[in-house]
Amino acid sequence: MSALLEVSGLSTQYVGARGTRVTRAVDDVSFTLEAGRTLGIVGESGSGKTTLALTLMRLLPPGARIAAGSVRFEGEELLHKPEAEMRALRGKRIAMILQDPMASLNPLFTVGDQIAETLRVHEHMSRRGAWTRARELLGAVNIAAPERRIGEYPHELSGGMRQRVVGAIAIACGPKLLIADEPTTSLDLTIQAQYLQLLREIQRERGLAMIFITHNLGIVAKMCDAVAVMYAGRLVESGPVRRIFDAPAHPYTQALIESIPRFGDTASRLTAIEGQPPDPAALPPGCAFHPRCPLVMDRCRVEAPPDLEVAAAHRARCWLAVEMPAGAAAKG
Amino acid sequence: MTALLEARSLTKHFPVGRGFLGRGGGVVRAVDDISFAIDPGRTLGVVGESGCGKTTTAKLVLRLEKPTAGEILFEGQDVAGLEGEGLHRYRKNVQAVFQDPFASLNPRMRVDAIIAEPLVTHERLDAAAVAARVAQLLDVVGLPARSSTLFPHEFSGGQRQRIAIARALALSPRLVVLDEPVSALDVSIRAQILNLLRDLQRDLGLSYLFIAHDLAAVAHMSHVIAVMYLGRIVELGPASEVAARPAHPYTQALFAAALPAHPDERRDEIVLAGEVPSPLNPPTGCRFHPRCPQVMARCSQEEPKLRTVGGVAVACHLYD
Repeated sequence: MSALLEVSGLSTQYVGARGTRVTRAVDDVSFTLEAGRTLGIVGESGSGKTTLALTLMRLLPPGARIAAGSVRFEGEELLHKPEAEMRALRGKRIAMILQDPMASLNPLFTVGDQIAETLRVHEHMSRRGAWTRARELLGAVNIAAPERRIGEYPHELSGGMRQRVVGAIAIACGPKLLIADEPTTSLDLTIQAQYLQLLREIQRERGLAMIFITHNLGIVAKMCDAVAVMYAGRLVESGPVRRIFDAPAHPYTQALIESIPRFGDTASRLTAIEGQPPDPAALPPGCAFHPRCPLVMDRCRVEAPPDLEVAAAHRARCWLAVEMPAGAAAKG
Repeated sequence: MTALLEARSLTKHFPVGRGFLGRGGGVVRAVDDISFAIDPGRTLGVVGESGCGKTTTAKLVLRLEKPTAGEILFEGQDVAGLEGEGLHRYRKNVQAVFQDPFASLNPRMRVDAIIAEPLVTHERLDAAAVAARVAQLLDVVGLPARSSTLFPHEFSGGQRQRIAIARALALSPRLVVLDEPVSALDVSIRAQILNLLRDLQRDLGLSYLFIAHDLAAVAHMSHVIAVMYLGRIVELGPASEVAARPAHPYTQALFAAALPAHPDERRDEIVLAGEVPSPLNPPTGCRFHPRCPQVMARCSQEEPKLRTVGGVAVACHLYD
């Protein structure tokens, strides 16, 4: 089976005003995603995870350019598609949910108008047909009394309900892939649990593949089949979710997992990662994590580690992985 | 042991929507008859969702709001009655660190001036003594001495939070109110700050009022946890007990909603229906009853009182 989404060697750069400062926001990123599966992309602010999502959708701001790589979706190369075809694809075959629903919704239009707009543009439905469908979609995202809510404006809804409306717009045209960028960060805990459950139901019913962009490893543990860890624009480790939690190969992943407080742990100190995430515009030489790495070696300071296969479907960019027994083969 | 700070039947109502000629309107019952105590050197963690009253509680403790009813006692003295020298001393003893270190530090002030400001306003120290104290505080929070001449924008989020902590410690307070102190920070930085706060508590004997929505972090940091819902405390008890065996159905749902630390960690899924009702018009009886999975007939009529069950105080008819 060929993958739904195949990303290889993808690099995106931000170029400064005078073209002198180049920031490698996404650097040589490769991964694949099968239909109906969920991939979590984890990283801190500035790690490039949102730029990666925008690159996949080709929604980059001016000043950013895709420097290299390929994005194949259902066998089609997206990076060379004319803009008109991309526009037909966005919202129809690939949909997106962003962190702040108030920024995604237009405050001047009713919820019904905004869901119907997607259907009218992509599916060429009649006004009446689109409204009927919009009402069904509001029901599908578990909004109570959809016939009343459909005529309301975003400010009349709670944060959780707004994010459900964004979800309804996202699934309106039956996409194959849903990219969710921190979709529950602005929600309360019990509302977050409701929303995550809703996304799982939608995924099961519609066979949707999802990319979950988050800084929260808990979301990954709960929702994802596979995980990719980003640091300073690179995927430093990727693999099946259990494998990554049980046997992380990269010291950054190890430290991230250990730094989360757990219930019932009585240890007086958490394992902290020293130092700060690097400035993406001034990355350290060699491995970008080396100034913070507890296991740093001389080699790490000068030479960036290649992408290595640690085990089946488990990859890491770390010189330590070279010495790992599990049939590690350098692929540089 | 006598408590450092004690809240007794603390209540804060905000009037809202005074319409034309003062008609209509009602009150938001932000905090409604809550009682708790913070012992010296200990941490009280407050958890709850938006609108539960945890930030109002923090503001009442900081005396940024005046209670509608009830009282706060600090070392046995009513805080509401303080003025002049007494209030001055209270402000020295109770300091705060807020969520967003980008908003809480003045961008036009250098770090040494930021940290020294409470010293200048509260103590009569000469310049050399102030400089020495600033240097010492920077060292305590793990910032290099050269930081003192820099501006806040030259620091990352975690470092700024260290500056905010240094400022809060400048007057050697007894109690520090921590309102979501790590929520705005990167994941890899949170553990650094939580460790620093625990070290400071151990070394300086500080008490904390720790407010956060990250339950695992609260459980890790606190000795006692109070769970709030719509202005009420629904459960209050030792942190280990509340986290391991939550008694109130709301606490159970809240901890069930906390994200797992490992993919194999499966908690009982309790997904609550509906959303938190408006504190303007809270439900009758138990405020949680419209969302409670274990609701009984009397819950909609009779408000449960907080009663002690096995070392934990719970407000729920299940335990009558």
